[in-house]
Amino acid sequence: MSTPTRTPGVAEHAERLWDAVTTGDEYAAGDVVIQALGDGADPESLLLDVIGAVQRKVGQEWAANRLTVAQEHAATAINDRVIATFGYVLKRPDPHLGRVTVACVDGEWHAMPARLLAEVLRLRGFQVDYLGAQVPAPHLVAHLHRTGPDAVALSGSIATRLPTAHATITACQAAATPVIAGGAAFGPDGRYARLLGAEAWAPDARSAADRLAEPLPRPHAGHQPLDDLPHLADQEYTLVTRSSGRLVKSVLAGLEERVPAMRTYSDLQRQHTAEDLAHIVEFLATALYVGDGELFTGFLTWTAGILTARGVPAASLVPALELLEAELRDFPRATSLLRDARTHLADPAHRSGRPA
Amino acid sequence: MADPVRTARRAPDTGDRGWAAAPTAALCADAGGVVLALNEAARTLFPTAGPGRLLADTVAGWLAGAHDRRAGDVVRGEAGERAFAAHPIPHGEAVTWWLVDETDARVAQDALVREQERTAFLSDASAALLGSLNLERCMEVAARLAAQHLADAALVLAPTTSGTYPAVSCVRGEEPARSRLEIDPDDLPGLGEALQGFPPVPSRWLDPDAAPGWVLPASFGAVGSIVVTPLPGHGVPAGALVLLRRGDRASFTDQEELFARLFAARAGAAMSAARVFALQASITDTLMRELLPPTLEQRGGVEFAGRYRPARDGERIGGDFYDVHPVTTPEGDESLAVLGDVCGKGLDAAVLTGKIRTTLRALLPMAGDHHGLLSLLNRTLADGRNARFVTLVLASARREGADVRLRVTCAGHPPPLIVRADGRVEEAGTHGTLIGVLPEIRTTGADVTLAPGETCLLYTDGIIEARGGPLGDAMFGEDRLRQSLTECANMPADAVVERIQMLASQWIGRGAHDDMAVLAITAPRGQHLAAVGGHGRGRYTA
Repeated sequence: MSTPTRTPGVAEHAERLWDAVTTGDEYAAGDVVIQALGDGADPESLLLDVIGAVQRKVGQEWAANRLTVAQEHAATAINDRVIATFGYVLKRPDPHLGRVTVACVDGEWHAMPARLLAEVLRLRGFQVDYLGAQVPAPHLVAHLHRTGPDAVALSGSIATRLPTAHATITACQAAATPVIAGGAAFGPDGRYARLLGAEAWAPDARSAADRLAEPLPRPHAGHQPLDDLPHLADQEYTLVTRSSGRLVKSVLAGLEERVPAMRTYSDLQRQHTAEDLAHIVEFLATALYVGDGELFTGFLTWTAGILTARGVPAASLVPALELLEAELRDFPRATSLLRDARTHLADPAHRSGRPA
Repeated sequence: MADPVRTARRAPDTGDRGWAAAPTAALCADAGGVVLALNEAARTLFPTAGPGRLLADTVAGWLAGAHDRRAGDVVRGEAGERAFAAHPIPHGEAVTWWLVDETDARVAQDALVREQERTAFLSDASAALLGSLNLERCMEVAARLAAQHLADAALVLAPTTSGTYPAVSCVRGEEPARSRLEIDPDDLPGLGEALQGFPPVPSRWLDPDAAPGWVLPASFGAVGSIVVTPLPGHGVPAGALVLLRRGDRASFTDQEELFARLFAARAGAAMSAARVFALQASITDTLMRELLPPTLEQRGGVEFAGRYRPARDGERIGGDFYDVHPVTTPEGDESLAVLGDVCGKGLDAAVLTGKIRTTLRALLPMAGDHHGLLSLLNRTLADGRNARFVTLVLASARREGADVRLRVTCAGHPPPLIVRADGRVEEAGTHGTLIGVLPEIRTTGADVTLAPGETCLLYTDGIIEARGGPLGDAMFGEDRLRQSLTECANMPADAVVERIQMLASQWIGRGAHDDMAVLAITAPRGQHLAAVGGHGRGRYTA
């Protein structure tokens, strides 16, 4: 049954929108939203429980290999235009609440959650500047100086962008603007948002809008990134990140020596292996940055799950980890992360299938 | 009870001039608090004290109390106008108190603490004020700090060229409030002068009762004293700071006024920097508007989409550009898509792209003849004194039924790639010389037909020359671009450019790169034309 905020037929609308976006039918997709609004559906619920839900399903289906890259992109593009339509047909209230800048962490390509938040905030009566994805920090900071918003809402879904997110948060705070962080990158409980010094964290768009109704605390002046993460003084993150290409090369060479099957790999297979290794190094570096071994172990568990699904034994990751450990023997935090991850992979009892 | 006479004998020799005339006050008392002896300095300090009298009746309470407690520690207190440290020297049952005058040290210490607090405040204030280059934000910070440290409430006003003054007021412990005041600043004595940068009027000249209502924050209560301080900027007045104290607080001392002026110097510098930044930013925005890449949309039943990433992340423009123009040719209406790359990077290159884009716009009536248009552009550029060159690709697009017909011409540029509906990737068969170097150019155009779901991708060499990848030093290359495009069959134009730019950016990672631009021309799938355009008003609002 319905509640005042959730109009009847949310699931039905979502199903029709899903059909429209997966068949690439913009026309039908637009109609779903127009009709629902005409029937008196709650706009916020349409944004989050219909469009947002469909977008989440697009991501899940793509990850499960049930949608092609082309379908995923097409569906996202259509959803994006549906939101634009939404803006044209719906009367938004005049801004009477604070001014909020909504942006994604630089390097983030999943702009949809931020876009939905921007629309929800507009509906609630905030004055919103939506900067979208791919905003280099200097642009964001220049925007803050120009417009002087009450808060920045920063969206991030990729964990490996956390160091960039931290730099962005600190830059916003240096410009006297508090930050509310959200998205999968900051952890399911928002632990990385707290760690990186964000003034607030929200698990979803509704709670972010609720939280922003109250002013965020003022950022401290003269705050430095090293204040949040004193362990960065050991330079391990910096050195691992800077030598990433060299590390991948050495591990690749070592693997060819150890695993005879690799010598017959095609160029494309070799490139894929190199990309996988680069990804492992990137996650290792991020775990070193935030000082949290779970981030690395969680990523490897998830990778192992995918490998197992493809019929590749997860144990094939172990030689790569061993070679990395040997390369990084002078870095105590890195070697300890790699050793823990190896132990974790070797003992299936610890593996529970889902990524962190 | 101790025998006073016996104890007195053990006391210092009172007949000695050395004791009596010592510059430090000393008095000796027995266990019962009865004074046994005192020197001249002590007698001056406590005129009623004398041998045989009780300490409690004749000396300062803190000293008599310390004597009763028999603590043995140094105690501090005041006598008359001076501050003393009293050192107890016990001998037998009696104690001699030596009172060392430390008034000057105490004054110096107090001054030191006050100065330390002020230095810390000024340093914090500078950090807080320097953080933002936004004028309103700076005014808020200044008002909050002033209300917290200098007064009970503060009002910060910025100069104006219109009749209304931007103002922020803040009461201690509350949030600052912005407003725009329509006022005559001369209603508050000294404010008009302060806003024009004249020296400050001392606070005693201001009659709090004469203060106009707009100076007082709501429910502030009676004002005791008011100080108006000018905020000095970089050569120009940056505004004024009005400090208010409640009735029950003493008025400002000279020291406090001086201190308020030190703070004002910092606040003024920050506010004028913010004003200069705002001015520069608005100039840059205006000049940049024409140079930014346009937002593309569906036009005449053909999808266009573009993405641009300048070489320098701090900038928004560079040496690559694209445009889509509506044109009328003898064969009917069509769209001309242009993508180009001038030599060089950054602002200089961007200014050149602006000139080329303007020239191209003027040449649009010739769009039916690509070679003729490019020849004219070549002559214009080659005549220029600082010879700079550009590579270009032109694509004229027209919808025919469900298909899109293209005429494509390259001039020194990588030929566009075409993604067929089945995922095959072809290169458009066009080539030509670059523009702006030789007196005459040669070009060969190509005709291409796109079926629904097929895309023609125009790109600059920044994409294929992007260095990075898992090993850090490989080029993205044409092969990888073709491979990526294979997956882009049947995607909307917007999704194609987003995907290509994403793959190239991920390839680069943290590395340096050149300007990168992509433009997709796509024949839409399905029978609906522009059902939900992202930009036009569309059928739903008709």
